[in-house]
Amino acid sequence: MHPILKLVAQRLSLGILLLFAASALLFGLTEVLPGDAAQAQLGQSATPENLANLREEMGLNRPAITRYAEWIGGILTGDMGNALSNKLPIGEQIGKRLGATMFLAFWAALISVPVAIMLGLVAVRYLNRWPDKVISGSTLAAISLPEFMIAYILIFVFAVKLGWAPSFANVPPDMPLLEKLHSISLPIAVLTMVVLAHMMRMTRAAILNVMQSAYIETAELKGLSSFEVIRKHAFPNAVAPIVNVVMINLAYLVVGVVVVEAVFAYPGMGQYLVDAVVKRDVPVVLTSGIIFSAVYIILNMIADIVSILSNPRLRHPK
Amino acid sequence: MSSPLLSVRGLKIGATVYPPDAKPHDIKIVHGVDFDVEAGKVLGLIGESGAGKSTIGLATMAYGRGGVKLTGGTVFVNSRDVLQSDRRDVRNLRGAEVTYVSQSAAASFNPAKRIMEQVIEAAVSQSKFSKSDAQARAVELFRKLDLPEPETIGDRFPHQVSGGQLQRCMTALALCPEPDLVVFDEPTTALDVTTQIDVLKAIKEAIRDTGVAALYITHDLAVVAQVSDHIMVLRQGEMIEYGTTDQIINAPVDEYTKALVSVRSIDHKEKPPSGEPLLRVQNITARYRGTKFDVLKDINVDLHAGQTLAVVGESGSGKSTLARVITGLLPAREGVVNFSGRELSPELANRSQDDLRELQMIYQMADTAMNPRQTVGTIIGRPLEFYFGLKGAEKQKRIKELLDEIEMGDGFIDRYPAELSGGQKQRVCIARALAAKPKLIICDEVTSALDPLVADGILKLLLDLQKVEDVAYLFITHDIATVRAIADSIAVMYQGEVARYGGKTEVLSPPFDDYTDLLLSSVPEMKLGWLEDVIANRKMQSGGN
Repeated sequence: MHPILKLVAQRLSLGILLLFAASALLFGLTEVLPGDAAQAQLGQSATPENLANLREEMGLNRPAITRYAEWIGGILTGDMGNALSNKLPIGEQIGKRLGATMFLAFWAALISVPVAIMLGLVAVRYLNRWPDKVISGSTLAAISLPEFMIAYILIFVFAVKLGWAPSFANVPPDMPLLEKLHSISLPIAVLTMVVLAHMMRMTRAAILNVMQSAYIETAELKGLSSFEVIRKHAFPNAVAPIVNVVMINLAYLVVGVVVVEAVFAYPGMGQYLVDAVVKRDVPVVLTSGIIFSAVYIILNMIADIVSILSNPRLRHPK
Repeated sequence: MSSPLLSVRGLKIGATVYPPDAKPHDIKIVHGVDFDVEAGKVLGLIGESGAGKSTIGLATMAYGRGGVKLTGGTVFVNSRDVLQSDRRDVRNLRGAEVTYVSQSAAASFNPAKRIMEQVIEAAVSQSKFSKSDAQARAVELFRKLDLPEPETIGDRFPHQVSGGQLQRCMTALALCPEPDLVVFDEPTTALDVTTQIDVLKAIKEAIRDTGVAALYITHDLAVVAQVSDHIMVLRQGEMIEYGTTDQIINAPVDEYTKALVSVRSIDHKEKPPSGEPLLRVQNITARYRGTKFDVLKDINVDLHAGQTLAVVGESGSGKSTLARVITGLLPAREGVVNFSGRELSPELANRSQDDLRELQMIYQMADTAMNPRQTVGTIIGRPLEFYFGLKGAEKQKRIKELLDEIEMGDGFIDRYPAELSGGQKQRVCIARALAAKPKLIICDEVTSALDPLVADGILKLLLDLQKVEDVAYLFITHDIATVRAIADSIAVMYQGEVARYGGKTEVLSPPFDDYTDLLLSSVPEMKLGWLEDVIANRKMQSGGN
């Protein structure tokens, strides 16, 4: 077997193993959470009898192992079950919410990734000169502010004062694409600012690291321009660390947007999860959790595989 | 031609250094040198490390490494001062009029790109050739440089060819844009001698056939004597002597040049073995964990007390692995190591403190073999404490004795390794090994990283210490001249086996086996026409077979 296929197969099986480990961990954590769905639903009016009845009805009295097996079995066969709180099918709900989150993440990534990499290249080209300092300084400032702070500043300036963009990111399914984009322009801007700095700084560091190599000197002594040297000779050798940081940030765009979704009242996964936690709706929490884990693991796996593929020694063995 | 191709006048080069415990300050590297290179001629630049050879070579391309600044003088290439040119003109010069071949082709090729793409890059981006013409020219050069499969070798990645082949690809890279001048910066130093001779021949023929001029930078006078028309000797940024190759080799004027020419003047007579051997390596076979290939195959050698066994061979021949087996770092699969009348446990962990004490090691890189945060006194004092429990004044006294033995005063006790020269560092490592009062010291390429004159000093010191301390050396090296200088017996290793073993005179006298013959005849000699003689000899032999 080609060594690349072997390595990729290894990564894939490791990813699946990790996913199972994550599911067990998630289940364990929800088990030790204080309170349950029955208590949350009954609230102040709970008496020992109707609490016991509701638990029986929700199936909370059965052993943990049985419930875990049932849940995993359901997910593997495509049936995610119903929410405890409102009896609605979880699959359908998550489908809508995940779609919305992915839509937001996609557009934020489409803007932030190329901009971050370009800014990283420019920063190296003008190392320690003013473009580098402006780029590094401003991205650092953006990452230092909490995201809700950036969000409110943007809302204040662009929604309240200038009236260019809505502060409320509402995207009904039948809205045309351009209007949707206009509607989510502020959340996109916030997310871009949050992830830009990390990616740009890693790109800059990874390329600087490569710039110490002897083959960069060779390229300079061929009379190539500084930018050609960086683009043709430094960048291809810095791909692995850059892809890694890009993937971590893409994962963040999907998994970590809870705050931004809350500020802009955007109907995505983040809000759904927060609601479910409040209601102790364990099946929803578990299923959302496992989807987040899967996104994280898959994106990191892609990063791993790209690093492997970017190594010519593995791609073209002797 | 009225004006020479390259004309350097009063070239001054400086740099800003950032010492750890002092303010950054400027130092001078080159203090004003003058020289010319005529079209089609080769000038050899020779000197020890720190002489400024590479810095001068790169200055002809208006390039300074790191913080190096070209501070004064003129460098005319094709009657244009490159130090006064603007960025665009400098870029048009590099890779078109002047090109560069570095010491380590392995590091100088971009690992992510195919060889062909890199070889033709300068020629194409400088618009000297169209892509297809450049490729055709590259294939022609590959053929001229005796590379295997010249039509397709360019499709490979750098890691898919050998070190010697890559060095020739680097030469093709430099010649592809049809430059007027090529700067060769130690192009064969990183290669084994048997490989070096092929690359040297390829470079020499390529220079002759293309009529290009060259600056040939090296620390090895015997090598530069084979390729250059003129030689300039440099020392600490100043020109010591300049002349034709013939004059420098056969009638040097300056004292320093004379020392360079006559280096390796040690005359050490072989001592005959007597009594029981101190070290007896019997039927050793070894492989690295997880591999299916024996790196050592049935090795048998003896070493007597107070004598030196030189283990010589190319990289990958198994010499260092043998040292790892003897020290217990790599347990052998088969065979035994007898030392001082007892059998050594194959595993390091099972050896007694005396086993450890009596068998010491000195390494090639003195830099990495010492803790940079410890003073010389602490480094040498450690084995005194560990093996003999010495403390306080007693320990200080012994440290001073050891420093005297390695010909360094006790003023060095409080110095850190970073403050020492390469030779001094290696001396401290020797003192550390001696502190344990060993019976055997394994010396692994201990002079390979040092300049010839410094290496000579280290070898003399080792021989003197051997007389005083009656210590035996297992001396691992790839350098035949070193072997001649210090060995009593020699083991020639080739592909994990001992190809030839015996007393020094016996091993170095004909009749030879094929490999020893190849190895010995590949060592450059300091005489004109040596390269041609060797090649002619080999052709004759292969023609006769």
